[in-house]
Amino acid sequence: MIRVRNLVKTFGSFTAVNDVSFEVEEGEIFAFLGPNGAGKTTTIKMMTTLLKPTSGEIELDGLDPSVRQNEARKRFGIVFQDPSLDGDLTAWENLEVHGVLYHVPHKVRRPRMEELLKLFELWERRNDQVKKFSGGMKRRLEIARGFLHTPRILFLDEPTLGLDPQSRNQLWNHVRKVNEAEKVTVFLTTHYMDEADRVAHRIGVIDHGKLVAQGTPKAIKEQTGTESLEEAFLKLTGSTIRDESADSADAMRQFARMWSGGKR
Amino acid sequence: MSAIYILWLRELKRYSRSRAQIVASLGQPMLYLLVLGFGLGPVFQRAGNGNYLQFVAPGVIGMSVLFSSIFSGLGLLWDRQFGFLKETLVAPVPRIQIMIGRTLGGSTVAIIQGLLVMAVCVIAGFRPIHFYTVPLAMGFMVLIALLFAALGVAIGSGLQDMQGFQLIMNFLVMPIYFLSGALFPLVGLPRLLAIITSLDPLSYGIDGMRSVLLGKTVFGGFTDLIVLIVVGSILLVFGAYRFSKIEI
Repeated sequence: MIRVRNLVKTFGSFTAVNDVSFEVEEGEIFAFLGPNGAGKTTTIKMMTTLLKPTSGEIELDGLDPSVRQNEARKRFGIVFQDPSLDGDLTAWENLEVHGVLYHVPHKVRRPRMEELLKLFELWERRNDQVKKFSGGMKRRLEIARGFLHTPRILFLDEPTLGLDPQSRNQLWNHVRKVNEAEKVTVFLTTHYMDEADRVAHRIGVIDHGKLVAQGTPKAIKEQTGTESLEEAFLKLTGSTIRDESADSADAMRQFARMWSGGKR
Repeated sequence: MSAIYILWLRELKRYSRSRAQIVASLGQPMLYLLVLGFGLGPVFQRAGNGNYLQFVAPGVIGMSVLFSSIFSGLGLLWDRQFGFLKETLVAPVPRIQIMIGRTLGGSTVAIIQGLLVMAVCVIAGFRPIHFYTVPLAMGFMVLIALLFAALGVAIGSGLQDMQGFQLIMNFLVMPIYFLSGALFPLVGLPRLLAIITSLDPLSYGIDGMRSVLLGKTVFGGFTDLIVLIVVGSILLVFGAYRFSKIEI
């Protein structure tokens, strides 16, 4: 379903993603793990047409997202790291806007919206403005929205960041339900190793832009000779703390600052 | 097409839900209209220029259309801040449609705002030469709204944070307003000021409204129309180009 070969992205002299290759099968849940600034979000942005790769190939359901942008976009859903809902609109209206933008026909859209709102336990609040929602509810709505146009692949970039354990648990249950029912391939990133261990079929670990390990959670633990995924992760990526700012947007901003003499 | 419609509708819904903002945005035009209108009225009259309230009303209407259209374009900054921009940019819709939807939505809101202010003007004593010229004035409002909404998008596409917003406000929006002849007649001005005011697109918008509402004009209603259409088209193309280059 997803094929990435020799993917590279550089910002000036900084290499954010360095020769990364992996494959994700249809219906699989793949967790992409790595410390801050390791290149996770940059990789997702390239797969979701928001950034053009410097070199390498990406195939989503047989399509190259950098060439056939709009066709590729119809086939995936994405839940960004930061919220992307319109707080002034209601939950229902947010879904409606999404459905229209993704060309979901009226007759299909309405029942699908109802089904998803019920599944994600937001049906009762569908006519409330999203700015009145809690963090967990907003996240659930975003994920429901990501499923609305029945994508073949769903990208989840740290979807559980800042949620309490109850909401996290519930959220993954929902994701797993749709994954099983609709055979949607899920590509996720998270910092919670226990989640990855529980939810993902396979895992890839990225550090300093390079893929350092991939396999089932069990295989990765065996490979590193550790008991938990957390230990395996620390063993693979070291225990030094990473600079938070090194995501791609920041790297670009730093680059721009370098050239414009610190004006920005 | 449906993408343009839904984004247009979104702007209208957001507008209709911000009642406090609607009232607040009527405050400033009313201040200009009532305080300047009645305050400067006697001096204006004595100088032989007629009724100042009549004169300033189209200027104040133009001001409210300018503000709300340019801010709708700059609203991109909020959408960037709150993330909704990403949701639209990753959708399988050509960017030009997204830009058009936003611009039309913002312009519609600006026109509604302009009509509200016109109603306030009429209540305060403003009388157009004929009420059938009001639709013609609306035509000019549409052109002003589209022009400045496009300018807002062009600028908003490059804005990264709120600091930039203050700069735009003080060094672009306010000068456009003050140099447009909204508050004073564009005749017998010092040469430099005359040149600057003739470079301000809003001058033609407000002059156009005066030509239809009051039958008085400096540039000529037809010239106003042509300038607004030409500059507006250029800015729409420029705005669309800038919007297509947004990276997130």
